[in-house]
Amino acid sequence: MDVYSGSVASKGVAIGTIRELNKADSIVRRISIKDPEREVKRFHKALSIGLEQLDQLYKKALVDVGEETALIFDVHKMMMEDEDYTESIINMINTQKVNAEYAVARTCENFVDIFANMDDEYMQGRAADIKDISDRLIDVLLEKHESSLNFDTPCIIVADDLTPSETIQMDKSKILGFITRKGSVNSHTSILARTMGVPAIVSVQLPARVNNLKAIIDGLDGMFIISPTSEKIVEAKKKISEETKQKKFLAQYKGKETITKSGQKVNLYANIGSVSDIASVLANDAEGIGLFRSEFIYLEHTSYPSEETQFQIYKKVAEMMAGKKVIIRTLDIGADKQIDYFNMEHEENPALGYRAVRICLMDEKIFRTQLKALIRATYFGKISIMVPMIASVWEVERTKKILADIEQELKNTNIPFGEYEFGIMIETPAAVMIAPELAPLVDFFSIGTNDLTQYTIAVDRQNQKLEPFYNPHHPAVLKMIKMVVDVSKEFGIWTGICGELAADPALTKLFVEYGVDELSVEPNSVFKIRKIIRDID
Amino acid sequence: MKTFEYLITDALGIHVRPAGLLSKEGKKFQSEISIAKDGKSVSTNKLMSIMSLGVKAGNTVTITIDGPDEEVACNAIKEFFEKNL
Repeated sequence: MDVYSGSVASKGVAIGTIRELNKADSIVRRISIKDPEREVKRFHKALSIGLEQLDQLYKKALVDVGEETALIFDVHKMMMEDEDYTESIINMINTQKVNAEYAVARTCENFVDIFANMDDEYMQGRAADIKDISDRLIDVLLEKHESSLNFDTPCIIVADDLTPSETIQMDKSKILGFITRKGSVNSHTSILARTMGVPAIVSVQLPARVNNLKAIIDGLDGMFIISPTSEKIVEAKKKISEETKQKKFLAQYKGKETITKSGQKVNLYANIGSVSDIASVLANDAEGIGLFRSEFIYLEHTSYPSEETQFQIYKKVAEMMAGKKVIIRTLDIGADKQIDYFNMEHEENPALGYRAVRICLMDEKIFRTQLKALIRATYFGKISIMVPMIASVWEVERTKKILADIEQELKNTNIPFGEYEFGIMIETPAAVMIAPELAPLVDFFSIGTNDLTQYTIAVDRQNQKLEPFYNPHHPAVLKMIKMVVDVSKEFGIWTGICGELAADPALTKLFVEYGVDELSVEPNSVFKIRKIIRDID
Repeated sequence: MKTFEYLITDALGIHVRPAGLLSKEGKKFQSEISIAKDGKSVSTNKLMSIMSLGVKAGNTVTITIDGPDEEVACNAIKEFFEKNL
């Protein structure tokens, strides 16, 4: 038995088998072969397995996320069986007498070069697709099944680190929990783990090869136990059953109002990243969606999602929430969330860099596409539009001007849309200080406590070394929150909190006392917070 | 041999999916089918080659069909372009 400790990113306990995910960038060695014919056969076999995998992925995606996203895999299939591509590989095996893996890697490089150098952003983006299908073939050839993000039985995922797009590709029903060697409790994958309600521990100093070993994630005590003794398993099972009991106890808060004993009502909403999270929102009885992280739509696509694609997603969410409020945050990428096809330049200081609304205002076409899709969707439900990373009044004014333009455009073309609220995120100290100037321009404020904390106390939340300094209960942060709520009361608008602090049971009472109108939490925290609020005198 | 010109109206040009569908469509026929832009001509059987032409909205491409079933193939490919591009 080996016990490792780390920082708890998401609570809970799970017992299962480890599935180690290695980065797809495997080093391919050139090996001279004697029998090219046999090597070509090997390639053909790998090709048919690769195509079969893509076929499975296509079918799965069709059910899980719909046709639009599923088409990516259909396109990958077309590329993989393309004659240009396969002939180049076979040709290389025959003429240079090299192993199939090397021929695939070289062919990949050649095609990537061609596409990356075309003067067309869309085609440049296709280089990533070629890399993707080539990595898949190389994995099949190397029989490296473990690098696949899809697996049949539920397991504990172990990786050095995980990108948001990697996490999103995984079948959530097959994940018991996450362990990463790097990463911080505030990284996006940690947040996702909390959304999914599975345990996660980060910065665990694990040895290199742990695949297929049995293990316990104890996300209550921050322990990761490999090859546990039977006593430890019994102990873990007991913890799991206690947790289940606790969940059942909290479930009695289903259908109850979120109101204090003295009658102060709080709107308790949930945070989501995709349409599929709505099931968990409804199961946990959230009263609305307080934060739909629209950047995941961009992360799931291999190029800019069209207005129609986005419109269909927003419409679906609005319809599924059937008249309950849905607050959609416009594109919030940059810093820890990177997307290949945005081709963002390297920055020395990305947290203070080109991100979120700054990208939207500099590259207005992207912003307009999203805003138009959002406004069109307002016809189908109660949608609010929320803009992140505001630091100045002009940013809000500019956004409102664009919104007004789009509304006019829709009126001129007789496309219907409904009433909607417009709000901004308060996550920079600047926005807090100028809240009285911002309030008259908006219908609501939503405080993003993660960024507000990092910007207020000047601590990088991605840097695990700084975790002792990252104190989300810092009095400066709490003072800022109070200031924002006070200003919003003065101007007759409402204020919500949608960062991690919204679900922090230690602060719920304080926020209610401040007069916060709305808390948006991960779906599985709804009952817990509702119980706390109902217990307040 | 049959040939026709077509003006691309799809906003993304010949992007990967229609290129893939075109190569599938072309393979249904015995005739050799090629697509050309600015003097560069490639076989429609090859997806990456089609894409490397970098055909955008507003470009005109020339399609050439040569073989025993060129009559039927030409009509089918024309229809394909009108429907998809």
